[in-house]
Amino acid sequence: MSGHDHDHHHHDHDHDHSELSETELRVRALETVLTEKGYVDPAALDAIVEFYETKIGPRAGARVVAKAWTDPAFKQALLDDASKAIGTLGHVSRVGDHLIAVENTPQRHNMVVCTLCSCYPWEMLGLPPIWYKAAPYRSRAVKDPRGVLADFGVTLPKDTEIRVWDSTAETRFLVLPMRPAGTEGWSEDRLAEIVTRDSMIGTGLPKAAPRERP
Amino acid sequence: MNGVHDMGGMDGFGRVDVEPNEPAFHHDWEGRVMAMVRAMGANGGLNIDSQRFARESLPPAVYLASSYYQKWFLALENQLIGRNMLDPNEIAAGHSLRQSPPLKRGKFTLSDIPRISARGSFARPAQAPSIFKPGDKVRAKNIHPVTHTRLPRYVRGHSGIVERINGCHVFPDSSAHEQGENPQWVYTVVFDSRELWGDSADPTLKVSIEAFEPYLEPA
Repeated sequence: MSGHDHDHHHHDHDHDHSELSETELRVRALETVLTEKGYVDPAALDAIVEFYETKIGPRAGARVVAKAWTDPAFKQALLDDASKAIGTLGHVSRVGDHLIAVENTPQRHNMVVCTLCSCYPWEMLGLPPIWYKAAPYRSRAVKDPRGVLADFGVTLPKDTEIRVWDSTAETRFLVLPMRPAGTEGWSEDRLAEIVTRDSMIGTGLPKAAPRERP
Repeated sequence: MNGVHDMGGMDGFGRVDVEPNEPAFHHDWEGRVMAMVRAMGANGGLNIDSQRFARESLPPAVYLASSYYQKWFLALENQLIGRNMLDPNEIAAGHSLRQSPPLKRGKFTLSDIPRISARGSFARPAQAPSIFKPGDKVRAKNIHPVTHTRLPRYVRGHSGIVERINGCHVFPDSSAHEQGENPQWVYTVVFDSRELWGDSADPTLKVSIEAFEPYLEPA
C-alpha cells in the first residue's frame, strides 16, 4: 500500500469524516469493476455482510456450553463428535463438519490459536476479534501462553497443564470451559449468559457467578 | 513458504491488545472486502488454500504493516489479476475496461448466499489407509517448501505424539496450487514444550498442531 499512501491527512474533524481513505476508494473501485464485469451482484454482497454482522456470534457457542453443563449425555456426545452433537440441537444448523470440543478441567486448560492465519470456529463464535488475527497473539500463544493469559487478566494455578491447539488444518476447536461454582440449579439460559467468547477460545474464563444476596 | 505469516514462537510483537465490544467490521469497506472475497472465492474458483497463499505471498513489510482486511484486499486484487479477471488499470479507472473470462460458477447472486453461509466440508475419501495411529511417536519433517504449506516452522524437525486421527481432508499444499485435492490423513500431534522451546520452556505447556500425513515421519 505504501506507494498509494499520500500525505493528505488533515487534522480537521469535519474534513476527516467527508474524506474517503485510499483503501476505501480502492475497495469501492474494485466492487464497481467486479459488478460491471457481471461477476457479483452488489445486493448479494450486502447479504454476505449482513450475514456476518447479524446471523453469527458467540451466543451460538454459549448455548452449546450451557447445554453441556446441564446435560451429561450431551456433554459426552459433544466431546465424542462436536459437529454431530451440535447438529442435533437444531439452533445451530450450519455447524462445520470438523469441529472438536476440548474440555477444561482442574488439571488442564485449553487455548486455541491459528499461528499461520486466522482459523476460527466462526459458526460458533462469530468473526474472530482483531487480537486473534494479529501478530502478538499468533506469535506468543504457542510459546508463552501464561504471558498471553496475563494480558487478558487471567492467572491459572502454576501446576495446571496448558494445552494450546494450533488450528493448522480445517479442524476447528471450541473450548468447553469449567462451570463456575455457585451456579447449581441455574437454567441453561441463565448459564449461557455467563459463557463469554474468550472462555470458548481459552483466553478467558466464564463470568463468575454473582454472590447470593444475604 | 517460510513467510512472516508463520508467526508461532516469534518475539517482539508486544502485548495482546483487546478491544471491548468489538464490532464485526470497523469500517464499511472491511465488510465489502470480506463479501467480495467470499463471492469471488465461491463462484470464481479461488479456493481457501489459494487465498491463504495469496496473503502469505504479500511482501513481508506489507504483510506486517497492513490491517487484516487490507491484506485480504491486496491478496484478492493479486489473485484476480493473476487469473486475468482484473487489470490493475481498472482499479485506477474505477471501471471495467475490457471483457474478462466468465466465472466458473457464474455471477454471484442472492441465490448463492446459502452456499457460503455454511462452512465447507473438507473430508474426502482416503487414497490409502492411515499410516499412523494414536500413541505413535512421530517427527515433523524438516521441509521448507517455497510453495504453500500448513506445517509451521516451529515444529519442523521436532518429535511429538499422535493423539487423534481427524479424517482424510483436502491437502492444502496441493490445493493452493491447482494441483487437485490430493486428500491426506489429518492427525492431532502433540509436542512437549521443551522439545519445541528448550529447557527454559514452561514445563506445563503442551502444543498440538493439525498435521497432514505427508508432514510426518516415524520417530
